[in-house]
Amino acid sequence: MQGRVWKFGDNVNTDEIIPASYLNTTDPEVLARHCLEGIDEDFPKKVSEGDIIVAGRNFGCGSSREHAPLAIKGAGISCLIAESFARIFYRNSINIGLPILECPQAARGIKEGDLVEVDLPSGKIKDLNSDGVWASQPFPEFMQKIIASGGLMNYVRKK
Amino acid sequence: MTITEKILAAHAGRKEVEPGEFIEAKADLLLANDITGPLAIKELGDDKVFDPERIALVPDHFTPNKDAKSAEQCRILKEFAKKHRIKHYFEVGRMGIEHALLPEKGLVQPGELIIGADSHTCTYGALGAFASGVGSTDLAACMLSGRIWLKVPESIKLIYYGKLKKWVTGKDLILYTIGDLGVDGANYKAMEFHGEVISQLSMDGRFTMANMAVEAGAKNGIFQPDEITLNYVQQQSPLSADRQEYTSYKSDEDATYAEIREYDCSKIKPQVALPPLPSNTKPVAEAGDINIDQAVIGSCTNGRMEDLRLAAQVLRGHKIHPYVRLIIIPATQKIYLQALQEGLIEIFIEAGAVVTTPTCGPCLGGHMGVLAEGEKAIATTNRNFTGRMGHPRSEVYLANPAVAAASALKGRITHP
Repeated sequence: MQGRVWKFGDNVNTDEIIPASYLNTTDPEVLARHCLEGIDEDFPKKVSEGDIIVAGRNFGCGSSREHAPLAIKGAGISCLIAESFARIFYRNSINIGLPILECPQAARGIKEGDLVEVDLPSGKIKDLNSDGVWASQPFPEFMQKIIASGGLMNYVRKK
Repeated sequence: MTITEKILAAHAGRKEVEPGEFIEAKADLLLANDITGPLAIKELGDDKVFDPERIALVPDHFTPNKDAKSAEQCRILKEFAKKHRIKHYFEVGRMGIEHALLPEKGLVQPGELIIGADSHTCTYGALGAFASGVGSTDLAACMLSGRIWLKVPESIKLIYYGKLKKWVTGKDLILYTIGDLGVDGANYKAMEFHGEVISQLSMDGRFTMANMAVEAGAKNGIFQPDEITLNYVQQQSPLSADRQEYTSYKSDEDATYAEIREYDCSKIKPQVALPPLPSNTKPVAEAGDINIDQAVIGSCTNGRMEDLRLAAQVLRGHKIHPYVRLIIIPATQKIYLQALQEGLIEIFIEAGAVVTTPTCGPCLGGHMGVLAEGEKAIATTNRNFTGRMGHPRSEVYLANPAVAAASALKGRITHP
Protein backbone atom coordinates (compact mmCIF):
# COMPACT_ATOMS: atom_id res chain seq x y z
CA MET A 1 0.00 0.00 0.00
CA GLN A 2 1.01 3.58 -0.65
CA GLY A 3 -0.21 6.73 1.00
CA ARG A 4 0.42 10.40 1.71
CA VAL A 5 1.58 11.09 5.30
CA TRP A 6 -0.03 13.16 8.05
CA LYS A 7 2.29 13.63 11.02
CA PHE A 8 1.32 13.87 14.68
CA GLY A 9 3.37 14.29 17.86
CA ASP A 10 3.67 12.33 21.12
CA ASN A 11 0.84 11.19 23.39
CA VAL A 12 -2.04 11.71 20.96
CA ASN A 13 -4.92 10.58 23.18
CA THR A 14 -8.30 9.07 22.35
CA ASP A 15 -10.12 12.21 23.53
CA GLU A 16 -8.32 14.10 20.77
CA ILE A 17 -8.92 11.34 18.22
CA ILE A 18 -12.64 11.27 18.91
CA PRO A 19 -14.03 13.65 21.57
CA ALA A 20 -16.47 12.04 24.00
CA SER A 21 -19.38 14.13 22.76
CA TYR A 22 -19.52 11.83 19.70
CA LEU A 23 -19.49 8.60 21.68
CA ASN A 24 -23.28 8.39 21.56
CA THR A 25 -22.96 6.67 18.18
CA THR A 26 -21.07 3.62 16.91
CA ASP A 27 -21.39 4.52 13.20
CA PRO A 28 -17.85 4.67 11.68
CA GLU A 29 -19.00 7.18 9.03
CA VAL A 30 -20.24 9.64 11.65
CA LEU A 31 -17.14 9.07 13.82
CA ALA A 32 -14.88 9.64 10.78
CA ARG A 33 -16.35 13.12 10.30
CA HIS A 34 -14.78 14.11 13.65
CA CYS A 35 -11.54 12.13 13.39
CA LEU A 36 -8.64 13.86 15.20
CA GLU A 37 -10.79 16.96 15.49
CA GLY A 38 -9.31 17.57 18.95
CA ILE A 39 -5.93 18.36 17.35
CA ASP A 40 -6.85 19.70 13.93
CA GLU A 41 -10.47 20.74 13.33
CA ASP A 42 -10.01 20.50 9.54
CA PHE A 43 -8.36 17.08 9.53
CA PRO A 44 -11.54 15.17 8.55
CA LYS A 45 -11.86 17.45 5.48
CA LYS A 46 -8.18 17.26 4.51
CA VAL A 47 -7.64 13.51 4.79
CA SER A 48 -8.01 11.29 1.69
CA GLU A 49 -8.63 7.57 1.24
CA GLY A 50 -5.39 5.63 1.64
CA ASP A 51 -3.47 8.30 3.62
CA ILE A 52 -1.08 7.20 6.34
CA ILE A 53 -0.70 8.60 9.86
CA VAL A 54 2.82 8.78 11.32
CA ALA A 55 3.11 9.73 14.99
CA GLY A 56 5.45 9.88 17.96
CA ARG A 57 5.32 8.00 21.25
CA ASN A 58 2.31 6.53 23.02
CA PHE A 59 -0.24 7.11 20.22
CA GLY A 60 -3.82 6.39 21.34
CA CYS A 61 -3.31 6.75 25.08
CA GLY A 62 -6.26 7.27 27.40
CA SER A 63 -9.72 5.80 27.17
CA SER A 64 -10.44 2.32 25.81
CA ARG A 65 -12.98 3.67 23.30
CA GLU A 66 -12.77 1.57 20.15
CA HIS A 67 -14.49 4.51 18.49
CA ALA A 68 -10.95 5.98 18.12
CA PRO A 69 -9.47 3.39 15.70
CA LEU A 70 -12.93 3.13 14.08
CA ALA A 71 -12.90 6.89 13.36
CA ILE A 72 -9.39 6.64 11.90
CA LYS A 73 -10.28 3.62 9.77
CA GLY A 74 -13.55 5.26 8.73
CA ALA A 75 -11.66 8.38 7.61
CA GLY A 76 -9.82 6.22 5.08
CA ILE A 77 -6.44 5.95 6.82
CA SER A 78 -4.75 2.85 5.43
CA CYS A 79 -1.99 2.43 8.01
CA LEU A 80 -0.68 3.85 11.28
CA ILE A 81 3.04 4.10 12.01
CA ALA A 82 4.29 5.37 15.39
CA GLU A 83 7.28 5.28 17.69
CA SER A 84 5.02 3.44 20.14
CA PHE A 85 1.33 2.84 20.79
CA ALA A 86 -0.69 2.79 24.00
CA ARG A 87 -1.64 -0.77 24.90
CA ILE A 88 -5.44 -0.73 24.54
CA PHE A 89 -5.36 1.27 21.30
CA TYR A 90 -2.91 -1.27 19.85
CA ARG A 91 -5.19 -4.20 20.69
CA ASN A 92 -8.26 -2.38 19.38
CA SER A 93 -6.58 -1.62 16.05
CA ILE A 94 -5.50 -5.24 15.51
CA ASN A 95 -8.98 -6.41 16.50
CA ILE A 96 -10.79 -4.21 13.96
CA GLY A 97 -8.27 -4.80 11.18
CA LEU A 98 -6.56 -1.39 11.10
CA PRO A 99 -2.91 -1.93 10.07
CA ILE A 100 -0.63 -0.59 12.79
CA LEU A 101 3.18 -0.64 12.82
CA GLU A 102 5.57 0.25 15.61
CA CYS A 103 8.83 1.63 14.18
CA PRO A 104 10.59 4.49 16.01
CA GLN A 105 13.15 5.10 13.24
CA ALA A 106 10.52 5.38 10.50
CA ALA A 107 8.30 7.54 12.71
CA ARG A 108 11.17 9.97 13.21
CA GLY A 109 12.48 9.84 9.62
CA ILE A 110 9.25 10.34 7.70
CA LYS A 111 8.03 13.92 7.04
CA GLU A 112 4.51 15.29 6.66
CA GLY A 113 3.34 15.03 3.06
CA ASP A 114 5.83 12.32 2.08
CA LEU A 115 4.59 9.43 -0.02
CA VAL A 116 5.19 6.21 1.91
CA GLU A 117 4.97 2.60 0.80
CA VAL A 118 4.21 -0.12 3.36
CA ASP A 119 4.49 -3.86 2.84
CA LEU A 120 2.47 -5.32 5.69
CA PRO A 121 3.54 -8.98 5.56
CA SER A 122 7.22 -8.07 5.82
CA GLY A 123 6.77 -4.90 7.87
CA LYS A 124 8.93 -2.95 5.37
CA ILE A 125 8.35 0.81 5.28
CA LYS A 126 9.74 2.93 2.40
CA ASP A 127 9.64 6.73 2.12
CA LEU A 128 9.42 7.43 -1.62
CA ASN A 129 10.45 11.08 -1.11
CA SER A 130 13.59 10.52 0.94
CA ASP A 131 14.26 6.92 -0.15
CA GLY A 132 14.50 6.00 3.55
CA VAL A 133 13.79 2.33 4.22
CA TRP A 134 12.95 0.83 7.61
CA ALA A 135 11.84 -2.53 8.97
CA SER A 136 9.21 -2.62 11.70
CA GLN A 137 9.01 -5.49 14.17
CA PRO A 138 6.97 -8.30 12.61
CA PHE A 139 3.75 -9.21 14.45
CA PRO A 140 4.11 -12.06 16.97
CA GLU A 141 2.80 -15.35 15.60
CA PHE A 142 -0.21 -15.22 17.88
CA MET A 143 -1.34 -11.90 16.41
CA GLN A 144 -0.63 -12.98 12.86
CA LYS A 145 -3.25 -15.70 13.36
CA ILE A 146 -5.80 -13.09 14.45
CA ILE A 147 -4.98 -10.92 11.44
CA ALA A 148 -5.07 -13.91 9.05
CA SER A 149 -8.52 -14.86 10.40
CA GLY A 150 -9.81 -11.39 9.52
CA GLY A 151 -10.03 -10.02 13.03
CA LEU A 152 -10.51 -11.28 16.56
CA MET A 153 -14.20 -12.23 16.35
CA ASN A 154 -13.59 -14.48 13.35
CA TYR A 155 -10.58 -16.01 15.09
CA VAL A 156 -12.57 -16.81 18.24
CA ARG A 157 -15.59 -18.09 16.26
CA LYS A 158 -13.36 -20.43 14.23
CA LYS A 159 -11.96 -21.89 17.41
CA MET B 1 6.76 -14.94 40.34
CA THR B 2 5.00 -11.66 40.98
CA ILE B 3 1.38 -11.48 42.12
CA THR B 4 0.38 -10.53 38.55
CA GLU B 5 2.22 -13.54 37.08
CA LYS B 6 0.66 -15.88 39.66
CA ILE B 7 -2.90 -14.74 38.91
CA LEU B 8 -2.31 -15.01 35.16
CA ALA B 9 -0.76 -18.47 35.50
CA ALA B 10 -3.70 -19.69 37.58
CA HIS B 11 -6.19 -18.41 35.00
CA ALA B 12 -4.26 -19.91 32.09
CA GLY B 13 -4.17 -23.32 33.78
CA ARG B 14 -0.40 -23.14 34.12
CA LYS B 15 2.09 -23.53 36.93
CA GLU B 16 4.24 -20.66 35.75
CA VAL B 17 4.25 -17.86 33.23
CA GLU B 18 6.99 -15.46 32.17
CA PRO B 19 6.81 -11.83 31.07
CA GLY B 20 6.50 -11.53 27.29
CA GLU B 21 4.62 -14.83 26.89
CA PHE B 22 1.23 -14.85 25.17
CA ILE B 23 -1.40 -16.72 27.14
CA GLU B 24 -5.08 -17.38 26.89
CA ALA B 25 -6.68 -16.81 30.26
CA LYS B 26 -10.11 -17.47 31.75
CA ALA B 27 -11.94 -14.35 32.93
CA ASP B 28 -13.91 -14.31 36.18
CA LEU B 29 -15.95 -11.20 35.38
CA LEU B 30 -16.51 -9.01 32.33
CA LEU B 31 -17.67 -5.42 32.35
CA ALA B 32 -19.08 -3.00 29.79
CA ASN B 33 -20.80 0.39 29.99
CA ASP B 34 -23.15 2.48 27.84
CA ILE B 35 -20.26 3.69 25.63
CA THR B 36 -18.35 0.43 25.07
CA GLY B 37 -21.21 -2.06 25.53
CA PRO B 38 -23.26 -1.29 22.40
CA LEU B 39 -20.18 -1.71 20.16
CA ALA B 40 -19.39 -5.06 21.80
CA ILE B 41 -23.03 -6.13 21.41
CA LYS B 42 -22.87 -5.26 17.70
CA GLU B 43 -19.73 -7.40 17.33
CA LEU B 44 -21.29 -10.32 19.19
CA GLY B 45 -24.24 -10.40 16.78
CA ASP B 46 -26.61 -13.31 17.39
CA ASP B 47 -24.13 -15.38 19.37
CA LYS B 48 -24.78 -16.40 22.96
CA VAL B 49 -22.69 -15.20 25.89
CA PHE B 50 -20.51 -17.76 27.68
CA ASP B 51 -22.03 -17.14 31.11
CA PRO B 52 -24.72 -14.52 31.90
CA GLU B 53 -23.69 -14.55 35.58
CA ARG B 54 -20.18 -13.34 34.82
CA ILE B 55 -21.04 -10.19 32.92
CA ALA B 56 -21.76 -6.80 34.48
CA LEU B 57 -23.38 -4.03 32.44
CA VAL B 58 -23.34 -0.55 33.94
CA PRO B 59 -24.87 2.41 32.10
CA ASP B 60 -22.87 5.12 33.83
CA HIS B 61 -21.15 7.40 31.32
CA PHE B 62 -23.93 9.47 29.74
CA THR B 63 -26.65 8.58 32.24
CA PRO B 64 -29.22 9.67 33.21
CA ASN B 65 -29.46 9.80 29.41
CA LYS B 66 -28.07 13.10 28.19
CA ASP B 67 -29.74 13.05 24.77
CA ALA B 68 -31.76 10.79 22.47
CA LYS B 69 -28.70 9.16 20.90
CA SER B 70 -27.27 8.28 24.32
CA ALA B 71 -30.67 6.97 25.35
CA GLU B 72 -30.53 4.67 22.32
CA GLN B 73 -27.14 3.29 23.44
CA CYS B 74 -28.56 2.58 26.90
CA ARG B 75 -31.62 0.94 25.35
CA ILE B 76 -29.34 -1.41 23.38
CA LEU B 77 -27.56 -2.29 26.64
CA LYS B 78 -30.82 -2.97 28.50
CA GLU B 79 -32.37 -5.03 25.68
CA PHE B 80 -29.22 -7.13 25.53
CA ALA B 81 -29.29 -7.63 29.31
CA LYS B 82 -32.92 -8.79 29.12
CA LYS B 83 -32.39 -11.07 26.13
CA HIS B 84 -29.31 -12.78 27.56
CA ARG B 85 -30.53 -12.71 31.19
CA ILE B 86 -27.39 -10.86 32.28
CA LYS B 87 -27.38 -11.14 36.05
CA HIS B 88 -25.52 -7.96 36.91
CA TYR B 89 -27.30 -5.23 35.00
CA PHE B 90 -27.59 -2.01 36.98
CA GLU B 91 -30.34 0.39 35.94
CA VAL B 92 -30.22 4.11 36.76
CA GLY B 93 -31.23 4.46 40.39
CA ARG B 94 -29.38 1.32 41.36
CA MET B 95 -26.21 1.88 39.39
CA GLY B 96 -23.12 3.84 40.23
CA ILE B 97 -19.85 4.61 38.52
CA GLU B 98 -18.78 1.12 37.46
CA HIS B 99 -15.40 0.99 39.18
CA ALA B 100 -16.86 2.09 42.51
CA LEU B 101 -19.96 -0.06 42.07
CA LEU B 102 -18.53 -3.50 41.30
CA PRO B 103 -16.28 -3.75 44.38
CA GLU B 104 -19.12 -2.37 46.53
CA LYS B 105 -21.43 -5.10 45.19
CA GLY B 106 -18.91 -7.78 46.04
CA LEU B 107 -18.36 -8.60 42.37
CA VAL B 108 -14.57 -8.46 42.55
CA GLN B 109 -12.50 -10.71 44.79
CA PRO B 110 -8.77 -11.00 45.41
CA GLY B 111 -6.96 -13.24 42.95
CA GLU B 112 -9.59 -12.90 40.22
CA LEU B 113 -9.11 -11.89 36.60
CA ILE B 114 -11.39 -9.07 35.54
CA ILE B 115 -11.66 -7.74 32.01
CA GLY B 116 -13.57 -4.53 31.37
CA ALA B 117 -14.27 -2.47 28.31
CA ASP B 118 -13.14 0.65 30.09
CA SER B 119 -9.56 1.78 30.60
CA HIS B 120 -10.04 2.34 34.34
CA THR B 121 -10.91 -1.32 34.92
CA CYS B 122 -7.43 -1.46 36.47
CA THR B 123 -9.09 -0.01 39.63
CA TYR B 124 -9.84 -3.53 40.93
CA GLY B 125 -6.15 -4.23 41.32
CA ALA B 126 -6.65 -2.51 44.69
CA LEU B 127 -8.26 -5.77 45.85
CA GLY B 128 -5.37 -7.93 44.68
CA ALA B 129 -7.11 -8.93 41.44
CA PHE B 130 -5.65 -8.76 37.95
CA ALA B 131 -7.88 -6.24 36.21
CA SER B 132 -7.26 -4.69 32.84
CA GLY B 133 -9.10 -2.49 30.37
CA VAL B 134 -9.76 -3.51 26.77
CA GLY B 135 -11.85 -2.28 23.85
CA SER B 136 -15.26 -3.45 22.69
CA THR B 137 -14.15 -6.19 20.26
CA ASP B 138 -11.91 -7.79 22.87
CA LEU B 139 -14.84 -7.72 25.26
CA ALA B 140 -17.19 -9.21 22.65
CA ALA B 141 -14.75 -12.08 22.02
CA CYS B 142 -14.51 -12.59 25.76
CA MET B 143 -18.31 -12.55 26.18
CA LEU B 144 -18.41 -15.32 23.58
CA SER B 145 -15.62 -17.52 24.89
CA GLY B 146 -15.00 -16.47 28.49
CA ARG B 147 -11.33 -16.21 27.58
CA ILE B 148 -8.91 -13.44 26.69
CA TRP B 149 -5.47 -13.40 25.06
CA LEU B 150 -2.91 -11.51 27.09
CA LYS B 151 0.78 -10.84 26.94
CA VAL B 152 2.22 -11.44 30.41
CA PRO B 153 3.48 -8.02 31.52
CA GLU B 154 6.74 -7.21 33.23
CA SER B 155 6.19 -5.63 36.64
CA ILE B 156 7.45 -2.40 38.16
CA LYS B 157 7.75 -2.47 41.94
CA LEU B 158 6.91 0.84 43.60
CA ILE B 159 7.79 1.20 47.27
CA TYR B 160 6.37 4.02 49.38
CA TYR B 161 7.97 4.73 52.75
CA GLY B 162 7.99 7.52 55.33
CA LYS B 163 5.08 9.39 56.86
CA LEU B 164 2.32 11.09 54.86
CA LYS B 165 2.05 14.86 55.32
CA LYS B 166 -1.33 16.40 56.17
CA TRP B 167 -3.68 16.57 53.14
CA VAL B 168 -1.59 14.04 51.19
CA THR B 169 -3.74 11.18 49.90
CA GLY B 170 -3.55 8.19 47.57
CA LYS B 171 -4.33 10.63 44.76
CA ASP B 172 -1.18 12.61 45.48
CA LEU B 173 0.95 9.47 45.63
CA ILE B 174 -0.29 8.26 42.27
CA LEU B 175 -0.03 11.70 40.63
CA TYR B 176 3.52 11.97 41.95
CA THR B 177 4.31 8.49 40.63
CA ILE B 178 2.86 9.25 37.17
CA GLY B 179 4.88 12.47 37.17
CA ASP B 180 7.97 10.37 37.87
CA LEU B 181 7.25 7.53 35.39
CA GLY B 182 5.68 9.61 32.62
CA VAL B 183 2.45 8.85 30.75
CA ASP B 184 3.99 5.86 28.99
CA GLY B 185 6.51 4.93 31.68
CA ALA B 186 4.62 1.75 32.52
CA ASN B 187 3.25 0.99 29.03
CA TYR B 188 2.44 -2.75 28.75
CA LYS B 189 3.65 -3.27 32.34
CA ALA B 190 2.15 -4.03 35.75
CA MET B 191 2.53 -1.46 38.54
CA GLU B 192 2.85 -3.21 41.90
CA PHE B 193 2.39 -1.02 44.98
CA HIS B 194 4.34 -1.77 48.17
CA GLY B 195 5.70 -0.22 51.34
CA GLU B 196 4.76 0.89 54.86
CA VAL B 197 2.64 3.77 53.56
CA ILE B 198 0.66 1.41 51.31
CA SER B 199 0.02 -1.07 54.13
CA GLN B 200 -1.62 1.76 56.11
CA LEU B 201 -3.56 3.18 53.18
CA SER B 202 -7.36 2.72 53.23
CA MET B 203 -9.18 0.77 50.54
CA ASP B 204 -10.52 4.05 49.09
CA GLY B 205 -6.97 5.36 48.77
CA ARG B 206 -5.86 2.12 47.13
CA PHE B 207 -8.74 2.22 44.63
CA THR B 208 -7.64 5.74 43.65
CA MET B 209 -4.06 4.64 43.09
CA ALA B 210 -4.86 1.47 41.12
CA ASN B 211 -7.41 3.46 39.08
CA MET B 212 -4.77 5.78 37.66
CA ALA B 213 -2.19 3.08 36.79
CA VAL B 214 -3.44 3.32 33.20
CA GLU B 215 -2.40 7.00 33.15
CA ALA B 216 1.20 5.77 33.22
CA GLY B 217 0.25 3.35 30.43
CA ALA B 218 0.12 0.30 32.70
CA LYS B 219 -1.76 -2.87 31.85
CA ASN B 220 -2.73 -3.25 35.50
CA GLY B 221 -2.00 -1.81 38.91
CA ILE B 222 -1.97 -4.19 41.86
CA PHE B 223 -1.80 -4.34 45.66
CA GLN B 224 -1.12 -7.49 47.67
CA PRO B 225 -4.18 -8.37 49.74
CA ASP B 226 -3.76 -7.73 53.47
CA GLU B 227 -6.02 -7.35 56.50
CA ILE B 228 -7.50 -4.09 55.14
CA THR B 229 -8.37 -5.82 51.85
CA LEU B 230 -9.91 -8.87 53.52
CA ASN B 231 -11.97 -6.74 55.93
CA TYR B 232 -13.31 -4.79 52.96
CA VAL B 233 -14.17 -7.92 50.98
CA GLN B 234 -16.00 -9.47 53.94
CA GLN B 235 -18.09 -6.36 54.50
CA GLN B 236 -19.32 -6.04 50.96
CA SER B 237 -22.86 -6.80 49.93
CA PRO B 238 -24.30 -10.34 49.63
CA LEU B 239 -23.98 -10.58 45.84
CA SER B 240 -20.59 -12.13 46.49
CA ALA B 241 -22.27 -15.27 47.81
CA ASP B 242 -22.57 -16.65 44.28
CA ARG B 243 -18.83 -16.46 43.67
CA GLN B 244 -16.28 -19.09 44.44
CA GLU B 245 -13.87 -18.65 47.30
CA TYR B 246 -11.01 -16.34 46.54
CA THR B 247 -7.24 -16.74 46.69
CA SER B 248 -4.91 -14.09 48.06
CA TYR B 249 -1.68 -14.07 46.07
CA LYS B 250 1.59 -12.47 47.10
CA SER B 251 4.73 -11.84 45.08
CA ASP B 252 7.66 -14.14 45.86
CA GLU B 253 10.69 -12.69 47.62
CA ASP B 254 12.77 -13.51 44.55
CA ALA B 255 10.26 -12.26 41.97
CA THR B 256 11.80 -10.46 39.00
CA TYR B 257 10.99 -6.82 38.31
CA ALA B 258 11.69 -4.67 35.27
CA GLU B 259 12.36 -1.82 37.66
CA ILE B 260 12.10 -0.91 41.35
CA ARG B 261 11.43 2.65 42.47
CA GLU B 262 11.23 3.98 46.02
CA TYR B 263 9.45 7.10 47.17
CA ASP B 264 10.01 8.96 50.45
CA CYS B 265 6.44 10.02 51.15
CA SER B 266 7.41 12.50 53.87
CA LYS B 267 8.71 14.68 51.01
CA ILE B 268 5.56 14.45 48.87
CA LYS B 269 3.23 17.46 49.04
CA PRO B 270 -0.35 17.69 47.71
CA GLN B 271 -0.02 17.47 43.94
CA VAL B 272 -1.71 19.06 40.96
CA ALA B 273 -1.40 17.78 37.38
CA LEU B 274 -1.41 20.68 34.94
CA PRO B 275 -2.93 20.28 31.47
CA PRO B 276 -2.58 18.53 29.09
CA LEU B 277 -1.09 15.38 30.70
CA PRO B 278 -1.57 13.58 34.04
CA SER B 279 2.24 13.37 34.28
CA ASN B 280 2.55 17.16 34.30
CA THR B 281 2.59 17.26 38.10
CA LYS B 282 3.74 19.86 40.61
CA PRO B 283 3.17 20.55 44.30
CA VAL B 284 -0.04 22.63 44.55
CA ALA B 285 1.91 25.51 46.09
CA GLU B 286 4.06 25.76 42.94
CA ALA B 287 1.18 25.65 40.45
CA GLY B 288 1.08 29.44 40.14
CA ASP B 289 -1.91 31.74 40.11
CA ILE B 290 -4.67 29.80 38.36
CA ASN B 291 -8.24 31.05 38.58
CA ILE B 292 -10.91 28.40 38.13
CA ASP B 293 -14.49 28.41 36.84
CA GLN B 294 -15.43 24.95 38.03
CA ALA B 295 -14.43 22.27 40.50
CA VAL B 296 -15.50 18.63 40.19
CA ILE B 297 -15.29 16.18 43.08
CA GLY B 298 -16.22 12.66 42.04
CA SER B 299 -15.47 10.04 39.33
CA CYS B 300 -14.18 6.46 39.47
CA THR B 301 -10.98 7.96 40.85
CA ASN B 302 -12.24 10.04 43.79
CA GLY B 303 -15.99 9.72 44.36
CA ARG B 304 -15.92 7.42 47.39
CA MET B 305 -16.83 8.03 51.07
CA GLU B 306 -13.35 9.04 52.16
CA ASP B 307 -13.18 11.56 49.31
CA LEU B 308 -16.52 13.12 50.22
CA ARG B 309 -15.57 13.29 53.91
CA LEU B 310 -12.33 15.03 53.00
CA ALA B 311 -14.18 17.56 50.85
CA ALA B 312 -16.71 18.17 53.64
CA GLN B 313 -13.92 18.75 56.14
CA VAL B 314 -12.65 21.64 53.98
CA LEU B 315 -16.06 23.02 52.98
CA ARG B 316 -17.84 22.90 56.36
CA GLY B 317 -19.08 26.35 57.32
CA HIS B 318 -17.58 28.09 54.27
CA LYS B 319 -19.02 29.50 51.06
CA ILE B 320 -17.87 28.69 47.55
CA HIS B 321 -16.42 31.56 45.52
CA PRO B 322 -19.27 33.46 43.81
CA TYR B 323 -18.01 32.71 40.27
CA VAL B 324 -17.15 29.04 40.78
CA ARG B 325 -19.39 26.01 40.21
CA LEU B 326 -18.59 23.11 42.55
CA ILE B 327 -20.07 19.85 41.30
CA ILE B 328 -19.97 16.91 43.71
CA ILE B 329 -20.78 13.45 42.42
CA PRO B 330 -21.07 10.57 44.89
CA ALA B 331 -19.88 7.55 42.89
CA THR B 332 -22.70 5.18 43.83
CA GLN B 333 -26.20 5.34 45.31
CA LYS B 334 -24.92 3.65 48.47
CA ILE B 335 -22.22 6.31 48.87
CA TYR B 336 -24.81 9.03 48.16
CA LEU B 337 -27.09 7.66 50.89
CA GLN B 338 -24.28 7.32 53.39
CA ALA B 339 -23.12 10.87 52.66
CA LEU B 340 -26.69 12.01 53.29
CA GLN B 341 -26.87 10.11 56.60
CA GLU B 342 -23.51 11.52 57.72
CA GLY B 343 -24.70 15.06 56.98
CA LEU B 344 -22.15 15.64 54.22
CA ILE B 345 -24.75 16.52 51.57
CA GLU B 346 -26.05 19.29 53.83
CA ILE B 347 -22.53 20.68 54.24
CA PHE B 348 -22.08 20.67 50.44
CA ILE B 349 -25.38 22.40 49.72
CA GLU B 350 -24.88 24.96 52.51
CA ALA B 351 -21.49 25.77 50.98
CA GLY B 352 -23.12 26.40 47.61
CA ALA B 353 -22.16 23.19 45.79
CA VAL B 354 -24.39 21.12 43.56
CA VAL B 355 -24.69 17.40 44.35
CA THR B 356 -25.60 15.12 41.46
CA THR B 357 -26.65 11.56 40.81
CA PRO B 358 -23.80 9.10 40.16
CA THR B 359 -22.45 9.54 36.61
CA CYS B 360 -19.13 9.77 34.77
CA GLY B 361 -20.67 12.89 33.18
CA PRO B 362 -18.22 15.79 33.30
CA CYS B 363 -15.02 13.71 33.65
CA LEU B 364 -15.11 12.94 29.94
CA GLY B 365 -16.95 16.08 28.88
CA GLY B 366 -20.20 14.17 28.55
CA HIS B 367 -22.74 16.17 30.53
CA MET B 368 -23.49 17.63 34.00
CA GLY B 369 -20.61 20.09 33.94
CA VAL B 370 -19.06 20.59 30.50
CA LEU B 371 -16.58 23.48 30.13
CA ALA B 372 -16.89 26.48 27.78
CA GLU B 373 -14.04 27.87 25.66
CA GLY B 374 -11.29 29.25 27.88
CA GLU B 375 -12.75 27.89 31.12
CA LYS B 376 -10.61 26.15 33.72
CA ALA B 377 -11.58 23.40 36.12
CA ILE B 378 -9.90 21.66 38.99
CA ALA B 379 -11.09 18.07 39.20
CA THR B 380 -10.51 14.93 41.24
CA THR B 381 -10.88 12.96 38.00
CA ASN B 382 -8.15 11.12 36.13
CA ARG B 383 -7.43 12.87 32.82
CA ASN B 384 -6.57 16.43 31.88
CA PHE B 385 -6.09 15.91 28.13
CA THR B 386 -6.88 18.77 25.79
CA GLY B 387 -10.65 19.17 25.56
CA ARG B 388 -11.33 16.30 27.97
CA MET B 389 -14.05 18.15 29.92
CA GLY B 390 -15.56 20.12 27.06
CA HIS B 391 -14.31 22.77 24.66
CA PRO B 392 -10.91 22.04 23.06
CA ARG B 393 -9.66 25.31 24.53
CA SER B 394 -10.74 24.59 28.10
CA GLU B 395 -8.38 23.26 30.76
CA VAL B 396 -8.49 20.60 33.48
CA TYR B 397 -6.20 20.45 36.52
CA LEU B 398 -6.14 17.20 38.51
CA ALA B 399 -5.92 17.10 42.30
CA ASN B 400 -7.24 15.41 45.45
CA PRO B 401 -10.68 16.26 46.94
CA ALA B 402 -9.29 18.56 49.66
CA VAL B 403 -7.37 20.65 47.11
CA ALA B 404 -10.40 20.77 44.80
CA ALA B 405 -12.66 21.88 47.67
CA ALA B 406 -10.22 24.52 48.93
CA SER B 407 -9.80 25.83 45.37
CA ALA B 408 -13.58 26.08 44.96
CA LEU B 409 -13.71 28.29 48.07
CA LYS B 410 -10.87 30.58 46.95
CA GLY B 411 -11.70 30.65 43.23
CA ARG B 412 -8.15 29.68 42.37
CA ILE B 413 -5.99 26.62 42.78
CA THR B 414 -4.88 26.54 46.37
CA HIS B 415 -3.52 24.31 49.12
CA PRO B 416 -6.17 23.34 51.72
